[in-house]
Amino acid sequence: MTAPDDLEPGLDGLLALGDPVRRAAFRAVTARGGEPVSREEVAAALGIGRTLAAFHLDKLADAGLLDVSYARRSGRTGPGAGRPAKLYRPAPGEHAVSVPPRAYRSAAELLAEAVDRAGADAVLHQVARERGRAEGADGDVMTLLAARGYDPVRDGARIRLRNCPFHRLAEQFPPVVCGMNLALVDGLLDGAGVTGWLAAIDPSAGHCCVALSKAKHR
Amino acid sequence: MTSFHLAQLNIGRPRAPLSEPVMADFVAGLPRLNALADAAPGFVWRLRDESTDDATGLRPFGPDIMLNMSVWTSVEALREYVYRTVHLEALRRRAEWFRHDGFDHHLVLWWIPAGTLPTVDEAWARLERLDRDGPGPEAFTLRRPWPPPTPAFATIRRDVDPDD
Repeated sequence: MTAPDDLEPGLDGLLALGDPVRRAAFRAVTARGGEPVSREEVAAALGIGRTLAAFHLDKLADAGLLDVSYARRSGRTGPGAGRPAKLYRPAPGEHAVSVPPRAYRSAAELLAEAVDRAGADAVLHQVARERGRAEGADGDVMTLLAARGYDPVRDGARIRLRNCPFHRLAEQFPPVVCGMNLALVDGLLDGAGVTGWLAAIDPSAGHCCVALSKAKHR
Repeated sequence: MTSFHLAQLNIGRPRAPLSEPVMADFVAGLPRLNALADAAPGFVWRLRDESTDDATGLRPFGPDIMLNMSVWTSVEALREYVYRTVHLEALRRRAEWFRHDGFDHHLVLWWIPAGTLPTVDEAWARLERLDRDGPGPEAFTLRRPWPPPTPAFATIRRDVDPDD
């Protein structure tokens, strides 16, 4: 069972995001979807100096929000090729704090297992679809999905979702939770009147198992 | 040194005979899922009826219990196939096609010596053990897997008299 989100250790990670410039630096890294970025790239994105960018990025790494790696960007090797660049990418893991302590994930695990055992997937899909529709969402498909934390990205004729809002739960109960997720996205699109895209189960490495493809016109 | 492979048994009660319309999508999806398994990294073997390409015609556990059984090189290889391919879509719809009433667990995993194959009797015994004891080294689940047994290092002392 998952322990309640308590002040330690989640707070250290989240406090590091308190400073607005540091928060922007963090967003500049996460916007790259896992691809390592350099201090120069972040500095350029934020319009700040390299040293300041590095200062913030290193604080984020110390807080466990970013992972550090080194690589030669120029492709040169051997002596005289220059020092490898220090690169940053989002660290794996989650940070959550709740005051007072809450354990919604534990409840979700119990409920997911109950649905699994009861074979009640169809009911869950119906509920999720209705909830998605009822959100009364508005806007284009990318905005809709981004607003709900899916981190969507275009990939040819597909939209892939780089974040699963139910990640840990989906790892434990993939059919139930991924089915719920699909129904939710379906309902969202339906409620917002989006007809050009179709959501389906389409797993790919490092992405949510739901992806969208262009709807065929009949 | 012995290495180990992962054996898997899955059972379910089909909601209708496979020829019924409600089962049509399940039946239609089987060739693709089987081909995907055969080509999957870490796939070793799956149970097949003599005359067909799969185990859907077999009823060793009773007239309304369908099974599938397979062998993989690791838990990760199986998990990747089961949850990170189009197989997940079939799983998402499983309640349309199968019931699991009367079963405690309907999926069991266990380790077998590499190069051997599981029998349905052994598989059933492992499932019973899982139901009785919960997940453990002899029978476990994808949600609570167990590592393979430590390879046995047999030391033969050549200077020991065999009659000792």
